[in-house]
Amino acid sequence: MLELKGISKYYNPGTINEMCLFKGFDLTIEKGEFLSVVGSNGSGKTSMLNIICGSIPAESGQILMGGRDITKEKEFKRNAKIGRVYQNPAMGTCPSMTILENMSLADNKGKLYGLGRGTNKARIDFYREQLSWLGLGLEDKLDVKVGALSGGQRQAMALLMSTMTPIEFLILDEHTAALDPKTADLIMELTDRIVREKKLTTIMVTHNLRYAVEYGDRLIMMHEGTVILDKKGEEKQAVSVEEVLTLFNEISIECGN
Amino acid sequence: MNFFITILEQGLIYGILALGVYITYKILDFPDLTVDGSFPLGAAVTAALITRGMDPYLTLPIAFLAGVLAGICTGLIHVKGKVRDLLSGIIMMTALWSINLYIAGTSNVPLFSQETIFKNDRIEGLIPKALSPYTTLILIFLLTIVCKVILDLYLKTKSGFLLRAVGDNAVLVTSLAKDQGNVKILGLAIANGLVSLAGCVFAQEERVFEISSGTGAIVIGLASVIIGTSLFRKVTLLKATSAVLIGSVIYKACVAIALRSFEPQAMKLITAVLFLIILLISMERKKKVKADA
Repeated sequence: MLELKGISKYYNPGTINEMCLFKGFDLTIEKGEFLSVVGSNGSGKTSMLNIICGSIPAESGQILMGGRDITKEKEFKRNAKIGRVYQNPAMGTCPSMTILENMSLADNKGKLYGLGRGTNKARIDFYREQLSWLGLGLEDKLDVKVGALSGGQRQAMALLMSTMTPIEFLILDEHTAALDPKTADLIMELTDRIVREKKLTTIMVTHNLRYAVEYGDRLIMMHEGTVILDKKGEEKQAVSVEEVLTLFNEISIECGN
Repeated sequence: MNFFITILEQGLIYGILALGVYITYKILDFPDLTVDGSFPLGAAVTAALITRGMDPYLTLPIAFLAGVLAGICTGLIHVKGKVRDLLSGIIMMTALWSINLYIAGTSNVPLFSQETIFKNDRIEGLIPKALSPYTTLILIFLLTIVCKVILDLYLKTKSGFLLRAVGDNAVLVTSLAKDQGNVKILGLAIANGLVSLAGCVFAQEERVFEISSGTGAIVIGLASVIIGTSLFRKVTLLKATSAVLIGSVIYKACVAIALRSFEPQAMKLITAVLFLIILLISMERKKKVKADA
């Protein structure tokens, strides 16, 4: 379970450009829940993810992960339990290292990075199997540098790498936004399979309303730092894209977009 | 013949330095100017120890450790103090000038009468008479290869993987629940350790410690790395570390040949112009590669 309690976030505090994004923001995500988050630009979606992961600090409030207060914990420490996939496919992999080396790196998460051999030969078959599961033919390219792969292939690898070791939370930050529609569909399907299979508590920020409606068991819409729509369970199943789009247009007009 | 041996000797010694610069410049993507201070640091430590009668072979690990410390300082300034990479190196380089003087005592310490790793009874007994004129070259060659092989092996370990990852994509290292700052510090430590080791060997080969021997060391290192990696880009069988060593020898050869037709005053000018030419050529090649793609 992940809880945000009374989070406040100001940008440029103490200057003329001070902007209050969150003021006493609360959100609770149940264990095993797959949450989709939609909202316009500047509504606080990505800031929320950054606050959860510790990439940016919050001015006040508490973040509890499985009941444990992690508000003061450093980003890299929190990441022990979190997997994150970014919008930019380049963020989740190392371009100058081979597929095999990238998989080995990810496989060692949570353990010591000492002077042992970088690639465990006994694990290569496992990596092959995992890669073939993606259906992109990457299992035959183990010695190819990741920088030579397409954006979709890299994003698929990033997804695989971030969920390879036992984690509890998966954070998806518009992870299909930089991909072509077909590849985006593929990545989305893979994501759903991984989330279901590993029973991960997942937060997915997306601009694709169809994905938000089709996938996940809870949907929230954010606007100016608050949650203006929150549907879960059967209510969520009944939500249609049109309904979300109508609401989305309403708040957009309000903003003058 | 002597001309070539000197080039090889100097090229290989600076090759060890170039391996260090390879770590910072190519792997960490960190323009580390500490090198100009950590190279003479190794030499100063060596001079101080040898003149006090220490076994010359022990100066090798001690000089390495001294460089490691310098690298850690640069890393701490950059990571914990959040000072920009270039400035962190400049600060350490400047501080090391005085530190080196303190360690060595003066700006110039001759080592003519002392034993060195190249000249002592043990080594004379070990190397056959026929090869004795090449003792220095053989030892330097072995030492350089050992450094290269250890570095190659290290880069294949888990820790080495993490080091390569941090220069490539620091965000990924954070995602792997590791502190990227510590990994950078580790890289700077190893790199400056190698540079300082090169300084140690250099002082024993030249049989003198000179405070100004580090001036422009970073340029030599960078030139070697850039020559090596861009010249052998297509040769996949050759490891980058080997390419860097060959680059260092080529660079020393270029400077030596140029110096034959100019006065010694011209040395730094030649160094700078050669470096510029190498940079321009390697950029031209990059453009071509892009145009082809």
